[in-house]
Amino acid sequence: MKHLLETKGLTVDIAGQRVCTRLDLEIDAGECWALLGRNGTGKTTLLHHLAGLRQDHSGTILLGGNELSTLTPRRRAQHTAVLLQHSSRGFGASVLDTVLTGRHPHLATLAWENASDLTIARQCIAALGLEALAERSLETLSGGELRRVEIARLLAQQSPVSLLDEPTNHLDLAHQATCLRTLQKQCVTEQNAMLLVVHDLNLAFRACDHWLILNGGGSWQAGPRDALCDPELLSLAYGHPISRINSDSGPLFLARL
Amino acid sequence: MRARRRNLLLLLNLLLAGASLSLSLMIGSVDIPATEVWSHLLSNDGSINDRIVDQLRLPRVLTAFAVGGLLALAGALMQVLLRNPLGDPYVLGVSGGAATAVLTAMLLSLPSVWYTPAAAVGALFSTLLVFGLTRSGDDWHSDRLLLTGIVVAAGWSALISFVLSVSPASQLPGMLFWLMGDLADANKPGLPLTLLAVGLTLAFLRARDLNIATQGLLQAAALGIDTRRLRLELYFLAALLTAAAVTAAGAVGFVGLVTPHLIRRLGGYDHRVLLPAATLLGGSLLVLADTAARTLISPMQLPVGVLTAMIGVPVFLFLLHRRVRR
Repeated sequence: MKHLLETKGLTVDIAGQRVCTRLDLEIDAGECWALLGRNGTGKTTLLHHLAGLRQDHSGTILLGGNELSTLTPRRRAQHTAVLLQHSSRGFGASVLDTVLTGRHPHLATLAWENASDLTIARQCIAALGLEALAERSLETLSGGELRRVEIARLLAQQSPVSLLDEPTNHLDLAHQATCLRTLQKQCVTEQNAMLLVVHDLNLAFRACDHWLILNGGGSWQAGPRDALCDPELLSLAYGHPISRINSDSGPLFLARL
Repeated sequence: MRARRRNLLLLLNLLLAGASLSLSLMIGSVDIPATEVWSHLLSNDGSINDRIVDQLRLPRVLTAFAVGGLLALAGALMQVLLRNPLGDPYVLGVSGGAATAVLTAMLLSLPSVWYTPAAAVGALFSTLLVFGLTRSGDDWHSDRLLLTGIVVAAGWSALISFVLSVSPASQLPGMLFWLMGDLADANKPGLPLTLLAVGLTLAFLRARDLNIATQGLLQAAALGIDTRRLRLELYFLAALLTAAAVTAAGAVGFVGLVTPHLIRRLGGYDHRVLLPAATLLGGSLLVLADTAARTLISPMQLPVGVLTAMIGVPVFLFLLHRRVRR
């Protein structure tokens, strides 16, 4: 069986530091993965490698059974959408135009976006609750609104795999929940796969069914969430005591002060 | 709705281009009415007015249009490359390199046929110099490009001052005119117009990529654009266009800086509209500025760069002010 995203013996270094040693990962349709770890363990770096934005690794990355390094950038972008950690307002284009750029990998060189591209963009804008802002310039948006525009652009790309670097940056509590809910729903109904870098273990627990934890120095743990959400294991990974409290709405994770 | 706004913007600029070209052919030391201009363009009756239109005004007007278009297009590309909506086509030191070469040729009393090749060589040399200094391995950042360009331009400026200070007084006016950008001797529109057409076509093929590149090169890579190739193409295309403009008319300021920004103000963020619209607007603006330059205090002719700077400075400050206030 072909996995949507698979790594075999992937070893990644950045600036002389090991991110992961011989990482074997199999991500299938409908799965939502959280990428967890301390600051500076290389979560963003690993995400960039999986997205094909960096190539200096050993081992292989397979996208839908095809080796990533053999795909053209365009084919790669048709298969994988990326939400970068840092937002950009560009030169101030409108929300709708920005979301439409998500269609780029699907359009031929001189083609213009057609009616169906426009419909897709408008649907994604609606899914993130941005209808009222569609004609606004990115320069006039708040940080949280801008983040939602970028998530809408990612959805407009309609790719089987989505890699999101801290999607909840700048979002208030309510929007954190609704955005992750939207992404999660997309993942299940479209049978896509998603990997997101998050810092909030509670969000990671609620939104993701699988976890990948980078411990620093190259060691990692990956698998179903329930096997990995152990407070002792998390305390080791974060180098800080973390307790798990059972509540009516599921377990809660707290870093002790 | 979206398509209508796009077409309107293009149509407006097309009309402006037509109007500015016609006006410029009509006005001068002898005013020639529009109908007569047309008959002179279409047929040859050997009259003085016919020669004024066909041999004096038309080449100069077309060169002005090509130079303005080249600068505006180069400016639009540089702004994406530097990821700064207020980027300038001269940031690679192209004008400084060209000026140093031409002034040196003037100082050595070389015949004036050497000025054009000297300008081209100087401009391209500076382009390669900045490129070589900016590149380290695979990675080059827009900040570093900007800083390198500014420092190299400062170096050229020192050399220019040196040449000016050791030049005999009789040569200084010619040198100063060249430095300020001047279309008085511009009578060969063929090459700049051809380069403009080629450059616009090449850039237009990349127009949608440019839209995305304004959001950052990493984002562009994430959307499947080969960013290393895009940067190289942008760099050398912008440099070539600027070099062509500088070679034809010297360092005419502000057209490349302000024009793309004006089009964006009018809603032209999409480079599929911005590139042709800015080219047309840049051409029109320089044609109008040059018409003013040769008529305002005629029979004396001003260097056109003086006028573009006098118009460009307040416009630029206004745009900058609006930008900060938003």
